[in-house]
Amino acid sequence: MCTLEKRGQLFLLKLTGDGEHRLNPTLLDSITSAITQIRSDPSSSQSVLITTSDGKFFSNGYDLALAESNPSLRPVMDSKLRSLVADLISLPMPTIAAVTGHASAAGFVLAMSHDYVLMRGDRGFLYMSELDIELVIPPWFAAMIRMKIGSPAARRDVMLTAEKVTAERGLEMGIVDSSYGSAAETVEGAVKLGEELVRRGVDGHVYGGMREALLKQVLHTIGSNESVSNRMRNSGSKL
Amino acid sequence: MCTLEKRGDLFLLTLTGDDEHRFHPDTISSVLSLLEQAKSQSTRGSVLITTAHGKFFSNGFDLAWAQAAGSQTGAVNRMHQMVESFKPVIAALIDLPMPTIAALNGHAAASGLMFALSHDYVFMRNDRGVLYMSEVDLGLPLPDYFAAMFAAKIGTSIAKRELLLSGKKIKGEEAVALGIVDSAAHDSVEGVVEATVSLGESLAAKKWNGEVYASIRKSLYPGLCTMLSLTAKIAASP
Repeated sequence: MCTLEKRGQLFLLKLTGDGEHRLNPTLLDSITSAITQIRSDPSSSQSVLITTSDGKFFSNGYDLALAESNPSLRPVMDSKLRSLVADLISLPMPTIAAVTGHASAAGFVLAMSHDYVLMRGDRGFLYMSELDIELVIPPWFAAMIRMKIGSPAARRDVMLTAEKVTAERGLEMGIVDSSYGSAAETVEGAVKLGEELVRRGVDGHVYGGMREALLKQVLHTIGSNESVSNRMRNSGSKL
Repeated sequence: MCTLEKRGDLFLLTLTGDDEHRFHPDTISSVLSLLEQAKSQSTRGSVLITTAHGKFFSNGFDLAWAQAAGSQTGAVNRMHQMVESFKPVIAALIDLPMPTIAALNGHAAASGLMFALSHDYVFMRNDRGVLYMSEVDLGLPLPDYFAAMFAAKIGTSIAKRELLLSGKKIKGEEAVALGIVDSAAHDSVEGVVEATVSLGESLAAKKWNGEVYASIRKSLYPGLCTMLSLTAKIAASP
């Protein structure tokens, strides 16, 4: 499902296997427990998180097939992803998404929930697929997009034309920070950036608090739902 | 005054005649009823293109009609009436269950520019026509839903300042550079209309569900929707 590796001060979270890494309750729980593990590490406030994946997909979004067969799981997946994203927003360390495959809908949101988005330039796209598959976009997804994408025209292109955003377009739109020739080079780039951030020696708790302040509007929209876990309400700056 | 035509998947809304296409209670009510018509006839793949004849897309509210009230109070009341009755036109565009494209044949000022910006895509001419928020020059306050539109659609502080506070008359090339319009590539009305028809056809080919499209559009602009009393019809995904 997902593995967690520590390389020096870098935490490498990987969505494993050649599948679509659909964000079903099991995978979401797995990622959440990896984040919990990271938080409980004594040196976490001098660390950096890099999230990446195996195979052709970063994540192809929620497990829609599962939701079809068991509609009661829809709000469960929504609630678990909200908690996870709130968790990432309050995480006391810089976060990097090394996007080595397609990231669609909820998968795109998961990538955007990181401070830096590094992406392979040779293949793959970021894709808010909802319009193409006749789903509405949840307000909190839209809030994340408004936060992370600066130009109204780019937001419209992403949400209202369901553009398949390549790394090049992502760079133009300001969603992607840098692009690389291959999946391996993307991860390498993330590791290099991670090491640079570690060297800067920022206090993770201060960093996490600042990120929360910056993304306050997104947190507010995420939290407008009583099924969000207590973790979000309890998270906050350590200051 | 205004007409609605259907060309395949495309609805063509045209402000007719060679005048300034000022928004007056009658024109406002005609445009609203044509938008309602388009909405009631919409199917998958429908697209709206709005354009006008002559030198003006629209030069704003009919201030002469307001002045003709004969008194200061009367003029203020008429202005207020136009501002209030125009809101449903904007709401109708933001709620329209199909992609919308404004093909600017000429000048768009004040509520005329507001009307243009209410569309998902705005194309203007390169050679002629300016965008102009005249309010600051005329000493008129900006209605709250106008301000909400600018906040929603115009990305940079500089662009907002140039339009709203500097009263700048912005030509095509600069409008593209400021991110206010999507294109100012053509030197003629025909060129602009052709380009919008081409975009319209490519959007129509997607055969999107109009209700979903409108819902996603509204979730792009929550602040504006609040001002327009539009609620997004939301079902939680997935």
